[in-house]
Amino acid sequence: MTLNRDFIGRTRTAPEVYEVSREKIREFALATGDPDPAHLDPAAARALGHPDVIAPPAFATVVWFRLGGWPLFEPGFGKQKQPVMVLGGQRVTHHRPIRAGDRLVHTTTVADISDAGPHERFTCVHRITTVDGEPVSTVTDTALSRGTAEAGR
Amino acid sequence: MTDTTSVRPRVGTRLPTRTFVISRADLMRYCGATADFTAIHWNERVARAVGLPDVIAHGTLTVSRALHVVTDWLGDPGALVEYEVERFARPLAVPDDDTGATLQVDGEVTEVGDGRAVLRLTIGSGGQTVVSGLRVVVRLPS
Repeated sequence: MTLNRDFIGRTRTAPEVYEVSREKIREFALATGDPDPAHLDPAAARALGHPDVIAPPAFATVVWFRLGGWPLFEPGFGKQKQPVMVLGGQRVTHHRPIRAGDRLVHTTTVADISDAGPHERFTCVHRITTVDGEPVSTVTDTALSRGTAEAGR
Repeated sequence: MTDTTSVRPRVGTRLPTRTFVISRADLMRYCGATADFTAIHWNERVARAVGLPDVIAHGTLTVSRALHVVTDWLGDPGALVEYEVERFARPLAVPDDDTGATLQVDGEVTEVGDGRAVLRLTIGSGGQTVVSGLRVVVRLPS
């Protein structure tokens, strides 16, 4: 079953707010083998000019994984349990570092769905802002939906 | 770690090659920290059933590790403003042994200007490419 291309251009904001804590930043930093004091020690982060501990650059993908699942689980989108989608590429842009105390809102836009031989390529842009609308990070991901194009059936 | 003020990259500057080890325990820890419990990252039976050689590392974990090459060099991890994985070339299998999988990360400065530098990293393991192009943009101290 092909993905529903009527979704191209649609946008949805996740109903939940992601609250960033010092402990979550610490957990993620240490889980990726990163003991940089800017992630662990508020005084060290302040010495670098940050108001509180900052998250490692890849932390944006934790917020994305938590709140960026739409529209995969929407029945009309056409995503089946099999095949699984494979992450093909990803770009993460930081307007400023994510930091402890942030209350983040996650908005996903379906940017494109196109054929790639037997597969379909599915691109979303995820905008992460504060609850006050300050831009924080943008995650653009491209997934490959294996064998779902007309040519792959 | 380098003092940020000493970072004065030029095009062609190579970062020292670094190696990282990812073990099964690291995968479990990353599953927990990110809530990504996709079975191919911890269950050998499921991984083999979908044609993988073994349990594989999360692509995002591999990239996180590689970015340390840049953030350690910068001194301030907040100066890393963008990264882009052009392609996850090959899954990184993580064997159930005492060694795990070893990653090798190489990086080179490809552009400098407007207070920014662009680096290109490659990630390999056992002589094979895992991530073919990891483009990283950093803000330079003024």
